[in-house]
Amino acid sequence: MQLIIRLWLIVLLTVAVGCDGNGGDTGESGSPVRLTGAGATFPKPLYEKWAAQYARMHPNVVINYQGIGSGGGIKQITEKTVDFGATDSPMTDSQLQKAEGELLHIPMVLGAVVPVYNLPQVKRPLVFSGPVLADLFLGKITRWNDAALVTLNPDAGLPDRPITIVHRSDGSGTTFIFTDYLSKVSPAWESGPGRGTTVNWPVGRGAKGNDGVAADVKQNEGSLGYVELIYAANNNIAYGSVVNAAGKAVRASADSVSAAASLKDIPEDLRVSITNAPGDSAYPISGLTWILLYQQQADAAKGKALVDFLWWATHEGQAMAAPLHYAPIPAALLPHIEAKLRSVTSGGKPLVSQ
Amino acid sequence: MEAVISKFESADQRTAPQRTGVTVRAREGRLYHGLLTAAALVAPAILVLFVGVLVYGAWPSIRAFGLSFLTSSVWEPHPEREQYGALPFIVGTLISAVLALCLAAPFGIAVATFLNEVLTSRWRSAARFLIEVLATIPSVVYGLWGIFVLAPWVSNTLQPVLARSLGFLPIFGPPYEPRNMLCAVLILAIMVLPIIVSISLEAIRAVPASYREAALGLGATRWEMIRVAVWPACGSAFAGGCILALGRALGETMAVTMVIGNGRRISPSLFAASDTVASTIANQFAEAPSDLFTAALIEMALLLFLVTLAVNVLARWIIRPSLPGAGGRS
Repeated sequence: MQLIIRLWLIVLLTVAVGCDGNGGDTGESGSPVRLTGAGATFPKPLYEKWAAQYARMHPNVVINYQGIGSGGGIKQITEKTVDFGATDSPMTDSQLQKAEGELLHIPMVLGAVVPVYNLPQVKRPLVFSGPVLADLFLGKITRWNDAALVTLNPDAGLPDRPITIVHRSDGSGTTFIFTDYLSKVSPAWESGPGRGTTVNWPVGRGAKGNDGVAADVKQNEGSLGYVELIYAANNNIAYGSVVNAAGKAVRASADSVSAAASLKDIPEDLRVSITNAPGDSAYPISGLTWILLYQQQADAAKGKALVDFLWWATHEGQAMAAPLHYAPIPAALLPHIEAKLRSVTSGGKPLVSQ
Repeated sequence: MEAVISKFESADQRTAPQRTGVTVRAREGRLYHGLLTAAALVAPAILVLFVGVLVYGAWPSIRAFGLSFLTSSVWEPHPEREQYGALPFIVGTLISAVLALCLAAPFGIAVATFLNEVLTSRWRSAARFLIEVLATIPSVVYGLWGIFVLAPWVSNTLQPVLARSLGFLPIFGPPYEPRNMLCAVLILAIMVLPIIVSISLEAIRAVPASYREAALGLGATRWEMIRVAVWPACGSAFAGGCILALGRALGETMAVTMVIGNGRRISPSLFAASDTVASTIANQFAEAPSDLFTAALIEMALLLFLVTLAVNVLARWIIRPSLPGAGGRS
């Protein structure tokens, strides 16, 4: 009995101390507007940096973003348990129908998916082409010195060793961008595994998250995987160039990704795929990442803070993207985004300040 | 508890005649009885609710696939031809857990025997403490150790040796993946070891001294005494301990998913990337692309729940007659 009482006291004390720690800093600034968002992990480092910077400029706005994955973000915004969702793969029509109210897709930033490999003896970046990547991930090419790879990389000195494929074990927007690209360039891939946040992988092993794939490839010689550019750059993993639709080998960078998004035909709802984009300098495995919000905001104060934040992030905030290896939104897309943000209302009144 | 009741009683006695005190006492008794019954009913109620929710959540998948869910190895999330079969995960779960047990059981029983029969009591408690610490290490820590120490050792040291000498056997044949079933088996074996050691040790300690004395009196050596008098008396406890360990191994998620390679195929080779039910659920649930996919994952959870429940019930049934105050004593 005494033991139980003692344990309870410890628990109560811990809770009390914990509350005190949290309560102290928010008490002073009046009643701050708290925005909660959840979704894709890929843009999480940037969203957190944006949130921190924005909070410095607007102390009354607190933005909390949880990187729980694109699918989780879609689920939570559909159920309205968060103020905004985030996803790397646009919502499907049937997903949009489930939401009560009009959901908007706001492109925030662009990213690239790069093929990463571990071959210590190969010094210069390898070149891959779409069909070769598809054959690699289909298990049709199994050794590094396969003729198809040697043709693309005649001077690389590719070793005679087996290729082990690493893919994502969890569902992911990264996988969607990658398989969307493979489906566009390989009929065998499209009729086989197809495109999706998770697919029926014919070969290879799975690792959880971009960081999991990066760590696995980095640890095991002869591996080939795919990660978002930021993870390859941060972990110092070799990543290859990819031959684009114009037949040029392009290495992923902020410029080559932005070039991929400089499209002429942009769909009205901004749900656009930019893989295998035309243009000499376009990196072919590029993708947008979106924030999802309702066109009709229930809470005017929250809605206004959210729209202002998104406006800032898609304008001034874009300067913070490149240092983190994201590509900024191209100018061609910006008027469309502004029109979307202007259309957000609460009680019939537009919310945007600009 | 009694102190509380008597306090109420004495307070009452001061203001009211004796009889009221008795009624209050009876009322108190009923109150406590009711509270305790309610508390006791919560646990089984949660269990029933659990099964109910799982069956409800899994229903679309049960209806769509029926028994083929258990026998098909197609895991196809493509929206136009969705089809889910859990066979690779079920096989992976069973193989990893059973092989881990095959490694851990003889080793664990040997350790328990050594602790009780060879070590002095001071060293025994120290060694026992260390083994039980193994049980308190979070499984994600095991997983990290698996990724950074065990998996490289398996793929760089153990695998070339086994491939060269026994590579003609399919279980040591290709494909050679750096994260594989063997890593999962080894890590599970270490994780379930404390369970087997603890239960075996309790059982060995409970063997009456008279058994040992009788064996020694007949001229048995110490080893013969262990073999003839100690182990046979512990048979059911050993079996029960192993089955409890099996239950733990079947459900282990984090450490396994970090080293098993998450390949959704059935392969005879221990060096192939495989997957288990628990690891698949953990990997895929948050990002399930469709409702049917979610239902299929929930159905796998239901299967895992029923199997571990059955295993635990079996363990308790086996272990019951031989725990402390073993049947042999009478």
